[in-house]
Amino acid sequence: MSKKDLGLLMLILVVGAVVAIINPRFLLPINLANTSNLIGLFGILSIGQAFVIITGGIELSVGSVVALLGTLFIDFIAVREMEWPLAFVLIIVLGAIIGLAHGWLITRLKLQPFVVTLCGLLIYRGVARFYTGDGTAGFAFGQNFPELEFLTAGRSYGVPNSFIALIVISIVMWVVLHRSVFGRYLYAIGKNEEAAKYSGIRTGRVVMAAYVICGVLTALSAIYFAMYTRSISPASHGQFYELYAIAAAVLGGFSLRGGEGSLIGVLLGTVLLQELQNLVNLLGIPSSLNFAVMGGVILIGVLVDQQWGVFRERRQMLDATRKGAAGAPAE
Amino acid sequence: MNYSDTSIVASTTAPFLSLEGVRKTYPGVVALDGFSMEVRPGEVIGLVGENGAGKSTLMKILGGVTRPDTGTITVDGVAHDGLTVEGSLGSGIAFVHQELNLFENLDVAANIFFGREPLRGGPLKLVDRAKLRTQVAPLLKRVGANFSADTPVSALSLAQQQMVEIAKALSIRARLVILDEPTSSLPIAETDKLLDVIKALKTEGISVIFISHRLHEVERVADRVVVLRDGMLAGTLPKSAINHDQMVKLMIGRMLKEREKASESARAPGSVALSAKAVRTGAYPDRPVDLDVRHGEILGLAGLVGSGRTELARVLFGIDERFGGNVKLDGQELALGSAADAVANGIFLVPEDRKLNGVLLDLSIAQNISLPNLPAHARHQLVSASAEAATAEKQKNNLGIKAPSVATRTGTLSGGNQQKVVLAKWLAMNPKVMILDEPTRGIDIGAKAEIYGLMRALADAGVAVLMISSDMEEVIGVSDRIAVMHEGQISGILDKDDFSQENVLLLAVGKKPK
Repeated sequence: MSKKDLGLLMLILVVGAVVAIINPRFLLPINLANTSNLIGLFGILSIGQAFVIITGGIELSVGSVVALLGTLFIDFIAVREMEWPLAFVLIIVLGAIIGLAHGWLITRLKLQPFVVTLCGLLIYRGVARFYTGDGTAGFAFGQNFPELEFLTAGRSYGVPNSFIALIVISIVMWVVLHRSVFGRYLYAIGKNEEAAKYSGIRTGRVVMAAYVICGVLTALSAIYFAMYTRSISPASHGQFYELYAIAAAVLGGFSLRGGEGSLIGVLLGTVLLQELQNLVNLLGIPSSLNFAVMGGVILIGVLVDQQWGVFRERRQMLDATRKGAAGAPAE
Repeated sequence: MNYSDTSIVASTTAPFLSLEGVRKTYPGVVALDGFSMEVRPGEVIGLVGENGAGKSTLMKILGGVTRPDTGTITVDGVAHDGLTVEGSLGSGIAFVHQELNLFENLDVAANIFFGREPLRGGPLKLVDRAKLRTQVAPLLKRVGANFSADTPVSALSLAQQQMVEIAKALSIRARLVILDEPTSSLPIAETDKLLDVIKALKTEGISVIFISHRLHEVERVADRVVVLRDGMLAGTLPKSAINHDQMVKLMIGRMLKEREKASESARAPGSVALSAKAVRTGAYPDRPVDLDVRHGEILGLAGLVGSGRTELARVLFGIDERFGGNVKLDGQELALGSAADAVANGIFLVPEDRKLNGVLLDLSIAQNISLPNLPAHARHQLVSASAEAATAEKQKNNLGIKAPSVATRTGTLSGGNQQKVVLAKWLAMNPKVMILDEPTRGIDIGAKAEIYGLMRALADAGVAVLMISSDMEEVIGVSDRIAVMHEGQISGILDKDDFSQENVLLLAVGKKPK
């Protein structure tokens, strides 16, 4: 855990303590379970986003993909009565295809990630609305899928299974990002794509893989969100989720220029965002202020982090000159 | 042999600038120690010294960015303890830095008068373009520019951009122009133009301090050479005593023999390793290039900047698309769809722009070295930090990379050591063909000699070495054969017996060698 991550963790604990003191309901099992469920759902989404951001890209279509794939998933199992494992696999494959398409447009046709995924944001939302005729996709009365519901919306020992899924995914993705050859390539490309290319890395494939990972994780979270809300109105479902994901990554120390950030960081970022949402509810702050609180905290967080970085750099330089590292400032 | 400063140039004119006993310390380091020098009107001073000798500190003091601890600076007869930025500018000291400070999207006139544009009257204060042009034209004429004031800077060559910088200096009525490494990125012919401009300034009575690692250029243009070593004046050479060996001797305190050693090949060149047939690059899609590089030789690739050398290297390394032709390695045709293909076949490139393409400044030395061969440093796709460190440690000792450890961030190293990191990542992978694009640009003399030695060692081990260089001394001193490019084609190949600056230059401009 880096110092940055530790700082974020401290912030989460301090905010949590303050909220708990003001409103003890914060610590009620039911509240914690609900919050951790949301952390699970948004966490999966944010990890996907993080893989794209680390390459210096951005994925803006996340919210619309959650709406489209969620709608399709419910339609597949509730209306078309497809076996849910089949529908599950289909949705994941669709997520991968969307990611692949974005990655292909970005790496092969050299379009800017912002533009490609902005178009995605508009297209998938439109398709989702058209698909349901702007109606709401939901389950018929009495329809249920015990195993699926247990896996997505159920709990084990009081812990939401969505949260457990996030933990498992996080461990796997931590290894991928921080220990694997692919992860190193991602950082290298994010830092300097040209230099990575000159080192013989097939940068196009690596970047495309990052978008596919994002697509798959988004598809997975789309299923979780669908099973959590159980009915989807495609005009509003998943709106702004891409911004939640980006905000979590930025809070977690990711640079939008790429090449910086850690998996623990994006997880903690997600936790803090959901904690803030919870805080707004529990402290009786008008929910219309929700976004304002979030925006304010992110701004302050990024500002503190940046200023701290400047301070540390100065101190390091001072230390170096004091030690008189021979030759350092002589030129 | 040492020459005292004052006795030689017993000029009658008063110096424009003189420094007396200037000392500057940073915590723990003496950057300048009792340094004195004089610059007379119309005098061209060559200022040389290795990296770290104190040149940059001296420039900062003259530019008013920093104040000396002790000593006096006399400008135009007025003594100061130190200069301010405004004071320096106001007294007519202008800088042309190695990295040019031009707005590429603006035209020449806008750049020269940026922030000082002549304005029309009226409330809108619009730029008076006609007046601007009439003011710029004579300036461009003085620097011998062959382009007009409304040319966008992005359309100019590097030498032309430097002329714009010098014109900018003239526009503030500079009396001393300080050129910091102006030729390090210029090809031969463009360098000549720049040296001509310096001579023109001189005839106008404007003084020039010319800082360069390219000693033969200093030799050509300087009236006097001031050598810095470890923050002190190592010596001053009058016009009659300026020669390469003397400068080097003063710079490093000993004579340099490494280059001569590097040029001696220990073996006869072997079979053809890399063979390009009718290869065309994006820069000259209608000009096919044939080039063979043999095992065990250093083939120098000379030519003017823009002659297509870098583009050829990029095609051979698979970075750029190939427009026709084929490339064979040991007789086998290669696909070369990407740099990954080249790397897989043992064809490596040390790129021209080290910081942009050569190393990842934010990664450690070890991570840079392992990057092209990461799967070999991993088990089940998981990177082994100890395997990376072992490889890097070996290369660090092998190449003498000066760094506290292999975990050091590469960006903190000096240029020469960064270049060694680029070399190390390829040396760790058994190269068959090594392409080096301007391998010693911006690197000090000691590190240069080491890199020459490495190139020779590679060739002696049977590697085919292709070295692109715009440094004439380097091309002639290091190569076993020299291929010269002119406008996208190989205009000739010189064998050792025919090596001469003249022959290389003639081929570079498309003429027959003698």
